[in-house]
Amino acid sequence: MNISSRQVDKATILDVSGNIDMSNSPAVRKALLHEIREGRAARVLVNLTAVAYIDSSGVASLIEGLKASRELGSRLVLFGLSNSAREVLKISRLLKLFEVYDDEQQAIAS
Amino acid sequence: MKSLSAGQPEENKGTAKPSRAFLLKLELRSHPQLLCVIRGALEPLMEMLGFSAENSREIIRAVDESVSNIMRHAYHGRLDQPIEVYCNRLERRTSAETEQGVEILLFDCGPAVDPTKLEARPLDEVRPGGLGLHIIRASMDSVEYKRAGHLNRLRLVKFTGSKKCCPESKE
Repeated sequence: MNISSRQVDKATILDVSGNIDMSNSPAVRKALLHEIREGRAARVLVNLTAVAYIDSSGVASLIEGLKASRELGSRLVLFGLSNSAREVLKISRLLKLFEVYDDEQQAIAS
Repeated sequence: MKSLSAGQPEENKGTAKPSRAFLLKLELRSHPQLLCVIRGALEPLMEMLGFSAENSREIIRAVDESVSNIMRHAYHGRLDQPIEVYCNRLERRTSAETEQGVEILLFDCGPAVDPTKLEARPLDEVRPGGLGLHIIRASMDSVEYKRAGHLNRLRLVKFTGSKKCCPESKE
């Protein structure tokens, strides 16, 4: 799994590739919280286009990011969810909790 | 890796271990980096058994979460402990046809699980953690835990006609 960040307009985009499971979800959590807390980005967009699979530990990392962003008054946005990622958020009844967009263009315009 | 069945009392072998031929058996250590290996092995098997792509993802998700729970809770993060996964073909007759299914058995030799801790947490509280059990139960038709000798056995069953998952499909 790889994680990198870039700036587009006033948003920070976190590009994640590979599968997210308990072997690497701590790295996702760390990167996400770093961008939110240290980077103080007004919007963090998580690009999941290249993520085929997310397990419950990956979902937990996203929830932590969401909570941190709410505490700091910023926004956490997800885009490019695979069927599997969308399903696991649905099963966990969390899909409505996140701002989710189909692609980067929509996420940036949001 | 020493097989889990090697140290099992004779009287438990018949009840704990699959007594019939299995389609697939995986023996692995409790290292999280091996989770992707399990997922990779199961995907073509579920396709071979006739599961839809969605049902296949549900089964793989349930097994992945189950093995993650073994690594985390039964072995407390130790990386070298044994886990065995067996996959068997199942059939059941409905009124119109015979439905195909899969039975997946997972074995570990961690401490016995307190059955009261096998209840999934309520989902109305938004917090990280504790989602794994809910995902397993939501994804499979049947989930059974049993202590068999010195082993924990988790039995997961799903049939091809199952439409159990994703109750919020109208989202």
